[in-house]
Amino acid sequence: MSDDRLSLVFGALADPTRRAILTRLAEGEATVAELAAPFSVSQPAISKHLKVLENAGLVSRSRRATARLSRLEAGPLREVTTWLARYQRFWDESHERLDDLLAVLQAGQEESPPKAGDHSEGNDDE
Amino acid sequence: MSKTQITAEPGIPQITITREFNAPRDLVFRAHIEPELVAQWLGPRDLTLAIDRWEARDGGTWRYVHTDTHGNTYGFHGVFHGDPSPQAIVQTFEFEGAPGHVALQTATFNDRGGSTLARTVSAFQSVEDRDAMVASGMERGARDSDERLAELLAKLQSS
Repeated sequence: MSDDRLSLVFGALADPTRRAILTRLAEGEATVAELAAPFSVSQPAISKHLKVLENAGLVSRSRRATARLSRLEAGPLREVTTWLARYQRFWDESHERLDDLLAVLQAGQEESPPKAGDHSEGNDDE
Repeated sequence: MSKTQITAEPGIPQITITREFNAPRDLVFRAHIEPELVAQWLGPRDLTLAIDRWEARDGGTWRYVHTDTHGNTYGFHGVFHGDPSPQAIVQTFEFEGAPGHVALQTATFNDRGGSTLARTVSAFQSVEDRDAMVASGMERGARDSDERLAELLAKLQSS
């Protein structure tokens, strides 16, 4: 995904009403009226949000008889979550290792008073 | 739910990482400035970390190389600005695969009465730089994206 597209997707996700719309669409297609029902905002306001979601590629629209249906396009969400997931995993795992290390260091400190810069043998097993 | 919170807001070239550690502030701080300690935790277990330099003092430089299981290497380097203290460790950060794209990283450590809240703010030169860094700099094997999608949707629902 290009950086511009990524920015569009993040921009679209930055609004709580738009996130709620996506959550609703995850259950299936819906009309503007159906999407507006849970909110205290007008249908034109919902239409505006849908436009933003459509520009980001998160929603597509089709017509059935007189109703205009919106549906969730999950592709960009998948790319965004993959984008952050790698980074998240890098730090999750680093920090879990740091937890382990801190526990070992603290156990070492209880045995002998801490000295600045003292990290001699016996403290580095994982 | 992950204990490490990563915030990357749209349109703002920053990433904030926060994490609480069950250890006193001085110890968490030491684990960030002593190379022998840094070497024991920085990066996931399947990457091998080799620290070339880690001179945690004003003007000191640092460099390390991560090697993955396929033998690919990823080098990173930068400079420490100001003498590191638990109030702040300030350093620049550059991925050698993208020279000239530099982030400014500030780590702070707050005493929470026995535990420590570590917070790192990385400021990039542009939103594009930030997004590219996250996408490529920390590249690892992709996981099942449908599973991730399910998690995201669950998150969307609860927010």
